[in-house]
Amino acid sequence: MTRALRDVRHMLASTGLGLAALGLLLLTVFALILCVLPPVGGPALSNIARLARRLADRQRRRVEPAIPSPYTADPVRIRDVLLDPTFWRDTAWLLVYGPAGLAAAFVWALWPSGLQGLVTPILYRLLPASADLTFQALPITSPTRSYIAVGMGAVVLVAAYFLPRWYRLGEARLSRWLLSPTAAARLNARVEQLVETRTAAVDASAAELRRIERDLHDGAQARLVALTMNLGMAEDMFDTDPATAKAMLADARAGAHSAISELRDLVRGIHPPMLADRGLAGAAEALAASSPVPVELDVRLDRRLSAPVESAAYFVLAEALANAIKHAGAAHIGMSVVDESVHIRLRVRDDGRGGADARKGTGLRGIERRLAAFDGTVTVTSPPGGPTQIEAVLPCGS
Amino acid sequence: MRVVIAEDLVLLRDGMVRMLTAYGFEVVAAVDDGATLADTLVSLRPDVAVVDVRLPPTFTDEGLRAAIAARRAVPGLPVLILSQYVEQVYARELLGDRAGGVGYLLKDRVGEVREFTEAVRQVAGGGTVMDPDVVAQLLGGGRSAQLATLTQREREVLGVMAEGRSNAAIASRLVITEKAVSKHINSILTKLDLPPSDDDHRRVLAVLAYLGA
Repeated sequence: MTRALRDVRHMLASTGLGLAALGLLLLTVFALILCVLPPVGGPALSNIARLARRLADRQRRRVEPAIPSPYTADPVRIRDVLLDPTFWRDTAWLLVYGPAGLAAAFVWALWPSGLQGLVTPILYRLLPASADLTFQALPITSPTRSYIAVGMGAVVLVAAYFLPRWYRLGEARLSRWLLSPTAAARLNARVEQLVETRTAAVDASAAELRRIERDLHDGAQARLVALTMNLGMAEDMFDTDPATAKAMLADARAGAHSAISELRDLVRGIHPPMLADRGLAGAAEALAASSPVPVELDVRLDRRLSAPVESAAYFVLAEALANAIKHAGAAHIGMSVVDESVHIRLRVRDDGRGGADARKGTGLRGIERRLAAFDGTVTVTSPPGGPTQIEAVLPCGS
Repeated sequence: MRVVIAEDLVLLRDGMVRMLTAYGFEVVAAVDDGATLADTLVSLRPDVAVVDVRLPPTFTDEGLRAAIAARRAVPGLPVLILSQYVEQVYARELLGDRAGGVGYLLKDRVGEVREFTEAVRQVAGGGTVMDPDVVAQLLGGGRSAQLATLTQREREVLGVMAEGRSNAAIASRLVITEKAVSKHINSILTKLDLPPSDDDHRRVLAVLAYLGA
């Protein structure tokens, strides 16, 4: 029953879209004619082309599976529109889908018609003889005929139930034929995406280099300079003021310790030794073990991935974990790494306060950028009040 | 001797204040960014400023630019620049106004406490102090045609001379007599077409100018 309802709703929408398509088709023709006067026709055409895109995109989302949108540049000048193959394909779709969408009306109209058939005997009895009752071209002039109408109504209802499936299949095929991006458009879109993600990857690694340089400059390097200063003064005072010299040597040793541990942290940040030795599984364990908030770890991965993938996955886990510890105020964190052969699924959940937003936090943006280079995706669900879940899917070429 | 220190890392700033104070300098201000530095130098007019090249907000050459700006307002204001790296361009910009009283040292030199404090005094006195690494880089790059005419010993003398050392210091460093040093120097200046001079500072400037700084 719900399915029948859903189908009816779909058919109704198709009818509406069909009407809109016919309207837009007329407008398109009108705008094309207006193009003899470019100052008027130009804006008209580009606006109508945009409307057609919106309508077509709507249809792309309606069919299952959804069709990707093929558009690249916004159509501004007449030239853009006329030279754009997607415009002509959209227009062809308007032409074909107008009648096809309207045809849906005949399909959903089967429901009221079938129901009318079922109640024909009652209608026959209630209505005066002069009412000229007919059912599907059958004049109901006798009680027998009214019972025949019941049978016909039942058949119509069965058709009303099944026809939409055929209709939807046909509609999807038609739309796919005219609305799918052409091979060239798909290639274009892919190239564009690759350029974008490559830029992001380059930016990310440049930012990473800057961070490392800053960490070294402000950290270990500064400590070593301070250390030589202490040592130099200690050396100079060794004979004249042994007590001060000794204090300075102690300072120097403490400084050396700090420099060593800062270097160690930095190295761990660049390429964690656990990641190099034990792979992602081991590194995830190390991350969980070093977390101040208890982490429930679920690792289903028993192979080594390629080094860049391991390193990106580790970065995601470390960043997401750091977020949960620092910002969420979580009492409990769940972390999972699942090998799904062609990709690897990473998930970090916490029971903290939620409200994480990728647009605000640089950490989440960092994760997005890092993953984009691998065609990976990240989904953040974090309603205010929590819980927060960060899920990343990273292709790993099996 | 009144000193202004500019260094953004607390650790180093405190260390430097402590050290210079221990060696008889009076640290009148220790600042941590370029804008404050320029203002402080002009208002306090210290005897010498010890400045980290890299300061907030840009963390590039903020310190150097602030020092150069201050020297424009107060000509000849002695400035010793400290840097984590040797950068010829910085040395050239610093020496640009030819007014003297400048130094350019690698940061690690602060560890050689005596030499470092000596360098601060030298700069305060209007001298020029270049880090041996800077000099080595300058000697290494370009001007090869005329540099090639120098003997090995002359090149060594040139290197130490460019660091701002006096004849006596050059002599003791290279373990030769002072007379030999002045002979070498005359020969160098002649070969490089530089005007002879007795003043240490002018001599260094001439050499550095020749070397392309």
